[in-house]
Amino acid sequence: MTSKLIMKGMVGFYIFLFFFYLFGPLLVMGITAFNTPNYPQAYPFEAFTLDWFVKLWNHRAMMEGLRNSVIIGLGVVAISVPVGLAASIIMNQIYHRARGLYYLVTISPLLTPGVIIGISTVIFWKDVMSITDVTKGLFYKGIILTILGQASFVSAYCLLIFMARLTRFDRAQEEAALDLGASYPQVFWHILLPYLKPAVVSAVVIGFLSSFENYNTTTFAILADKTLVTVLAGEVRQGTTPALSALAVIIIGFSLLGAICYEVAKRREQIRADRAQRQAQIAERNEVEAIA
Amino acid sequence: MLLGIIFIALVAFWTLFLVALPYLYMVVESFHPNLPPIRRGGPDDFVTLTQYKSFFVTPNSGTVNWTHMGAFGFSIIASIAVTALNFAICYPLAYYMAQAGTPQKVRTLMLCLIVPYWVNEILRAFSLRLLLASKGLINQILMGTGITDVPIDFLGNNTGLYVGLSYAYLLVMMFPLYNAIESLDRNQIEAARDLGAPWWRIHKDVVIPYAKPGIASGCTMVFMLSAGSLAAPQFLGGPRTLWFTAIVYDFFFQNFNWPRGAAYAFILLTGCIILVMAMLRLFKVSLGETIK
Amino acid sequence: MSAGVELDHVTVRFGEFTAVDNATLDIKGGEFFSFLGPSGCGKTTILRTVSGFLDPSEGMVKIGGQNMTGIGPNKRPTALIFQNLALFPLMTVAENITYGLRVRGVDKTARTKKANELLDLIALPGQGDKLMSELSGGQKQRVAIARALAVQPKVLLLDEPLSALDLKLRQHMRSELRSIQRMVGITFIYITHDQGEALTMSDRIAVMSDGVIQQVADGKAVYDDPATSFVASFVGENNPFVGIITRADSSYAVVDTLFGTLRGRNPKGLKVGDKAILFVRPESAKLGTGAADTTFSSKVKSVAFEGNMTHVFLEGVGKKDVTITVGRHSSADIPAQDEIASVTYDVDLGLVLPEGKMARE
Ligand SMILES: Nc1ncnc2c1ncn2[C@@H]1O[C@H](COP(=O)(O)OP(=O)(O)OP(=O)(O)O)[C@@H](O)[C@H]1O
Ligand SMILES: [Mg+2]
Repeated sequence: MTSKLIMKGMVGFYIFLFFFYLFGPLLVMGITAFNTPNYPQAYPFEAFTLDWFVKLWNHRAMMEGLRNSVIIGLGVVAISVPVGLAASIIMNQIYHRARGLYYLVTISPLLTPGVIIGISTVIFWKDVMSITDVTKGLFYKGIILTILGQASFVSAYCLLIFMARLTRFDRAQEEAALDLGASYPQVFWHILLPYLKPAVVSAVVIGFLSSFENYNTTTFAILADKTLVTVLAGEVRQGTTPALSALAVIIIGFSLLGAICYEVAKRREQIRADRAQRQAQIAERNEVEAIA
Repeated sequence: MLLGIIFIALVAFWTLFLVALPYLYMVVESFHPNLPPIRRGGPDDFVTLTQYKSFFVTPNSGTVNWTHMGAFGFSIIASIAVTALNFAICYPLAYYMAQAGTPQKVRTLMLCLIVPYWVNEILRAFSLRLLLASKGLINQILMGTGITDVPIDFLGNNTGLYVGLSYAYLLVMMFPLYNAIESLDRNQIEAARDLGAPWWRIHKDVVIPYAKPGIASGCTMVFMLSAGSLAAPQFLGGPRTLWFTAIVYDFFFQNFNWPRGAAYAFILLTGCIILVMAMLRLFKVSLGETIK
Repeated sequence: MSAGVELDHVTVRFGEFTAVDNATLDIKGGEFFSFLGPSGCGKTTILRTVSGFLDPSEGMVKIGGQNMTGIGPNKRPTALIFQNLALFPLMTVAENITYGLRVRGVDKTARTKKANELLDLIALPGQGDKLMSELSGGQKQRVAIARALAVQPKVLLLDEPLSALDLKLRQHMRSELRSIQRMVGITFIYITHDQGEALTMSDRIAVMSDGVIQQVADGKAVYDDPATSFVASFVGENNPFVGIITRADSSYAVVDTLFGTLRGRNPKGLKVGDKAILFVRPESAKLGTGAADTTFSSKVKSVAFEGNMTHVFLEGVGKKDVTITVGRHSSADIPAQDEIASVTYDVDLGLVLPEGKMARE
């Protein structure tokens, strides 16, 4: 019995250590955001201040980077979600033996180091866009290259998200719709897409976030432009300021908010599903009684 | 019909213009001499192995290029070490969540795992730097308690690098492990326990063989990500530490030698792929299982 | 409005494997027609060929006299009820029922009207706004039927639609299906591996085995006059006696079996020397002695009393017992275990068929 208790204690201690490792650095950084010294310091805590948030707000480059990051994120989502969706649907239609190869090709951007994606994107599109001076002037821009580079691997994420949901899709539903007279596009719009809606939402969120926080690919593809992350990298390289901690606090705040919203939505859905199930049980019982 | 054409066009655009052609271009570029744009395609532009040779022999001086080969070896070995470290850290928690935890607990733990990862790589590296710097919290504690009088140079001795890489890719190891162990039937473990197997044998003989594909995919991803990482070595590595991606970075942004950078990127990619394949072969896991 | 369905030498292959082998059939308009056969015999394949999800490798399907080659499932006048129903979980009951009308461009008010009509028909009035997950198994079943009927098909195809329900409900739904069929008057093609369902509901039955149609007939003929040893052993219980024909004329034949020479009807016109099987159903056999060539005896292995009847199991050939079913009011004494019992049968209830494949137990 005691050995079991010891075991339990050890597991608890291990979990505590694990999350301490996970949250400790962030916590310390969070504290420095509210402390007055110029060098981000958690201890001793000299005085409470919100100055670093104001500094952040007034940081021109960072605000410009933020704007670009949002534009890039939206651009990436606009490309990657349709591409991932199309790729997942084609995956299901494709001839059995070719599927392995197709899968390997589409998933390869996830196994390729981000720096290589960035480099190859720049080298390739520089040549493509340099065909005429006009196209070069119009399109050879950091933001556009970054969108193209990031879309290469974000599309693969989206593909995986859609595939995960599609494997649980009952193909008979498609056939049922066809049998009732629907055309193939109608099957897609009426049956498949509504079924995939949760996956679309996940793909949009995950695609945007992974674009937003990407560094390796972006740092090559962004050329002379900047994103929030490349500005941050520059700041960290130059030195350290609690304004960065302030930014982290804001991001953590948003992610907590997101997590809570997600949890609430999940709970609501669960309640609805439970209610439906109860009704089904009642109907089942009534039915049995009606026959008897 | 139209919809089908759109799908195929989207996927073709992705696989060709965002994946295959850029890779191909990068490889082609690596076989070219480094020339200013005007002389490209001129008489000096021929296929050459110069860039690859420069990895082994320093151009101009003609001495063996220990610096770059050393950086390559160090990056690979350090990445293997980080992969092993992360496996050791994540396995117990993944096992606990998958086999022992109640669903409610697991959901909470999952959320706790995900939230810190919404903070981007740079800021996470920054937070570790606040802890590990010579003026950082850990040194403050060590010196405050009198364990040491002079600050320990965690960044200089590469502790920061290892911790940073491990910290950055903790989740990447956690999820494949969790998914793999989760599908293991608890009865198998019970059965092994009934037969009197000690706990470590249960893991060695039952859990780990079963979860092998998940372990392989977690390890592959962590290894590839750390070998290709840019942020942690830049911000947490010591001044004398040379990470291979940093060399590639410098060829692009300091020396403006794209062909050589491309060649080095290709060396990195091939090196990693060969190593991963060899490891998979060694542990008898098929690639198909790993990327599922 | 109903339409007949003709299969004209239809063969369906999956690679090397032949799932349906040269099926020729003429299903009449308004008929309740069943395909009966064990799992994997190709029933679903036939149905999917009729509905247009599969193309025959050879032969053709005609519906209402029209060749269906090259016509997709969404253009055929058929509606299919899937083995797992395949209802749309994200739509309400009414949306499910009127989906076929929606894709045909029928406007909303007409759709609502039709939905209410059909909801009345399937005894779910006023429940159109419910979600599929709120319904019981039987209700889902009915919604699937209503959804198929809404498009006014000429032929309704049903693929083991009752298999997901529990026994009581299944029996109840049999009569409900039959009455719906009478009411709408269209052709029903029904698939099942449950002979009870096939026998009680159908006008005619096609018994299938390994892709081959063994017999097409009404239920009574399938039971009393099975065309092959497979049908004889698959539909209902039967005792086979394998042997060689020693005497034969156009109406009767005598088979030399391990239980002696036994006589039965010879509808297939078998000749002396042919390998044959004599079938005697448990309820056709009686305890007692009759003419020498319709009497055999064997040791009693066990006796099972079942209330309205009693089963007597005699030692047979190999593992298979010979079963005799004795009715409640039979005058015969039930023998005890290990006794040697003598059994006889009416010669017209013994059936001699060519030796062939038997249904697996
Ligand atoms: N797409 C396919 N590819 C290859 N073989 C198939 C395919 N569909 C069916 N088969 C094979 O054809 C045979 C007949 O299948 P079918 O689904 O028609 O059987 P069934 O009589 O409906 O059986 P059940 O009662 O189990 O539904 C089976 O052996 C099956 O394995
Ligand atoms: Mg079937």
